[in-house]
Amino acid sequence: MASLGKIARRTFLIGAAAIAGGVAVGYYYYRKPYPNPLEGELAEGETTFNPYVKIGSDNTITVIAPRAEMGQGVSTTLAAFVAEELDVRLDQVKVEFGPASYAYFNAKMLEEGSGFNFWDDSYAAETARSMMLGAGKMLGLQGTGGSTSTTDGFDRMRQAGAAARLMLVEAAAKKLGVPAAELTTENATIVHKASNKSVTYGEVALDASKLSPPSEVVLKDKAQWKLLGKPQMRVDMLDKVTGAPIYGIDVRLPDMLYATVRMSPVFGAKPVRSDTSAAEKMPGVVKIVPIESSYGSGFGVIANNTWAAFKAAEVIDVEWGKPAYPADSEAIMKVIADAAVSGEATIERDDGDVDAAFADAPADKVIEADYTAPYLSHTPMEPMNCTAQLKDGEMHVWAPNQMPVLVRWFCADIAGIPIDKTHVHTTFMGGAFGRRGELDYAIYAAKLAKETDGRPVKVTFTREEDTQHDCYRTAAAGHFRARIGDDGLPIAVDLRVAAQNMSASLTSRWFPSLPAGGPDPSMTDGSRNQPYTIPNYRVASAPAPLPDIPVSFWRSVGNSMNGFFHEGFMDEIAHLGKVDPVEMRRKLMADFPAALAVVNKVAEMSSWGEKLPTGKAKGFAFTLSFGSWVGQVIQVAETPSGVKLEKMWIAVDVGTAIDPGIIETQMTGGAVYGLSAAMGQEITFKDGMVEQSNFHDFDAMRIWQAPQFEVAILENFHRMGGVGEVGVPPAAPALANAIFALNGKRIRSLPLSREVKFA
Amino acid sequence: MRLTVNGKPLDIEADPEMPLLWALRDIAGIMGPKFGCGIAACGACTVHVDGVPVRSCSLPLGQVSGEVLTIDGLAVDGKLHPVQQAWLEEQVAQCGYCQAGQIMSAVALLDEVDDPTDDEIDQAMGGNLCRCGTYPRIRAAVKKAAQIKLARA
Repeated sequence: MASLGKIARRTFLIGAAAIAGGVAVGYYYYRKPYPNPLEGELAEGETTFNPYVKIGSDNTITVIAPRAEMGQGVSTTLAAFVAEELDVRLDQVKVEFGPASYAYFNAKMLEEGSGFNFWDDSYAAETARSMMLGAGKMLGLQGTGGSTSTTDGFDRMRQAGAAARLMLVEAAAKKLGVPAAELTTENATIVHKASNKSVTYGEVALDASKLSPPSEVVLKDKAQWKLLGKPQMRVDMLDKVTGAPIYGIDVRLPDMLYATVRMSPVFGAKPVRSDTSAAEKMPGVVKIVPIESSYGSGFGVIANNTWAAFKAAEVIDVEWGKPAYPADSEAIMKVIADAAVSGEATIERDDGDVDAAFADAPADKVIEADYTAPYLSHTPMEPMNCTAQLKDGEMHVWAPNQMPVLVRWFCADIAGIPIDKTHVHTTFMGGAFGRRGELDYAIYAAKLAKETDGRPVKVTFTREEDTQHDCYRTAAAGHFRARIGDDGLPIAVDLRVAAQNMSASLTSRWFPSLPAGGPDPSMTDGSRNQPYTIPNYRVASAPAPLPDIPVSFWRSVGNSMNGFFHEGFMDEIAHLGKVDPVEMRRKLMADFPAALAVVNKVAEMSSWGEKLPTGKAKGFAFTLSFGSWVGQVIQVAETPSGVKLEKMWIAVDVGTAIDPGIIETQMTGGAVYGLSAAMGQEITFKDGMVEQSNFHDFDAMRIWQAPQFEVAILENFHRMGGVGEVGVPPAAPALANAIFALNGKRIRSLPLSREVKFA
Repeated sequence: MRLTVNGKPLDIEADPEMPLLWALRDIAGIMGPKFGCGIAACGACTVHVDGVPVRSCSLPLGQVSGEVLTIDGLAVDGKLHPVQQAWLEEQVAQCGYCQAGQIMSAVALLDEVDDPTDDEIDQAMGGNLCRCGTYPRIRAAVKKAAQIKLARA
């Protein structure tokens, strides 16, 4: 564990918050930080130019998209970066995810952890970002998260394509005996127009790969783009409409065994008494083994098929230990609410003099409010699973995962074999939303693979096990006050947010020997870093002392609750100040043209301000997260069967729009994810155990509840933002604010279903 | 026991209480139907039995009384079913995990109704959960599939 320990300390120092949120870097050639991982695994006739491009003598072009495809379209967008500069059509390339390798580290994922506001271009902010980048390099952090894949890949993957193209052209020039400058490229062919001669990339690939890479490349101007900036057909779509076995759960190997786990539903508890004899006698059961891990204690059940494993797991007779934390939701939420009111806090934003601004405030100009948000499960459609085989001192792991380098470290450590004998195959994922940045499924598969005499074993969680052993979106509470000026605008805002420290929770699972670490800035993401100018503006985070309940990164992380808190409270401020909520944003965001343009666009699209028939209303919210500026308006209607979501308008500024089709689906999909949670999701506890277990009591939006959508994509800001998570944060407050406009009910606790019946 | 799956006879030796889903996936290696919940609440495992959409995770093998069609058998001679073609053209899938079930539900709907309304689509597809939120494109694709089917008829 020496290497793990060393890396752990670095991760700890940097702040693990970066992981879910999102980082990767720079041009491979110009420093060659790592060997090209493709060298060792080329097929017959195949050659590689850099970690992103392989070309076969038959002109098969393979592009490595080294980020996990969980539905966000990243395999298409990353492949398009390389294809654009390589001058090939997207349907000419085969896309692979590549091996777990330090060559694919994500630099942007740590940049977000630098703690500076996205719009801050100051020397200090840029220095902090570049230090984070260096740290990412040191860690070789190959991760997918934080809506960073596109921003991270944008330069280096285009450079990789451009460099390979130059080398191919140079080789073709030699072969054809003409100057390279007279050659043009298109659709994987190099043409000499004057002599009407041409060669394919495949024909010169081997020669080209032996040339030294160019010392610099010139990338195409945006105006020259053929693929980028336009919607592409997704490279994974055909597989996904034909039911192809592309997911982790579809892995099927000769002589494979099937398994499941039954882990303690009380977090941190161990079995105090257990009897596995009846379960062992169940038909099809091969073996039941105890599991101890940083994710929990329990049992692995190995059988001849998944159903047999599920049935036997139910039959294990076990009594679990007692929780070391408050046993029910009411008591847990009290810990968090108390921290919001009076817990020791770290000030994350402090403009002006908030205390002075409140000292002489007249009572009728002060508004106070307490908000809460519940624990949430990720519940991707594909339950957690992983397949592992340990044979002859080598381990293969097939894992639908967001963190392949960490999966490799942990599995190698469990098997007691060197890292270079551990091979991670990242499969397609049936959703992730942050859940697959955790490692439990891989740890369990690796442990069970030690018990099967070299046979592969696939571990699949039941939905119940998945729901009750998530690493949850932390519950949170906000204790807020504001002072309104004579013009109705806020003079002072004082926001205290309490939640569990996500970085500390992650450290306890990944590097349990380390101390829990410092403050977690992601706790106030979405509150401390919003583009509002308010003279006295303080945002503080107070960690709630609940170390045993596992919490983690849930699509949009801290923004997911802070979006609701901040934008719900802004709506309250506007109401008290008798200012239209959109008009108030226009005034407070005047210093941020990108934000203002988004607000204006979504207001225009939705005909904001237009008189609506009785029984209909609109709500507005805005959140800047992961570098993208998002405004949403939702229209709701009172119907006999409850409140119906009629239509949502979304405007987003992503800086540069790489694939407008994918961006649109991420905006609508993110909104559905946020609305699902806002409308009805919550994870609650009784006797220290999660009460919900499956989609009957932790459901999500169904098709009949889905509103119509209209999306506008803007490109005003000078830096590119992410898209995978940014549609989530404004959805809950937009809906809550619409409900206030509809019936005057101000709801400050999610889910809204506690007080509203939805159609 | 002997089943007919995707037009071919299939002998499966398994406990008759084993859900059809697991018999297809773990024993027969037919991987199109997906496991999502095990309680017929999400629809990812939807297959047809004699043309009727059923949740294979909750149908014991011993109670399968007709021909089984899974997404794996939907395209004929390499030609996509109109619903698959529409899903491709409308670029519906994100993670794609629920889409096998969505497509099987849509196929069953269009077998019953040539030109479904929004309400009919919402009703027929209500049992199929999608966590990526592809619903707007599912609605569009079902309508497009109706057109493709009509054009091919």
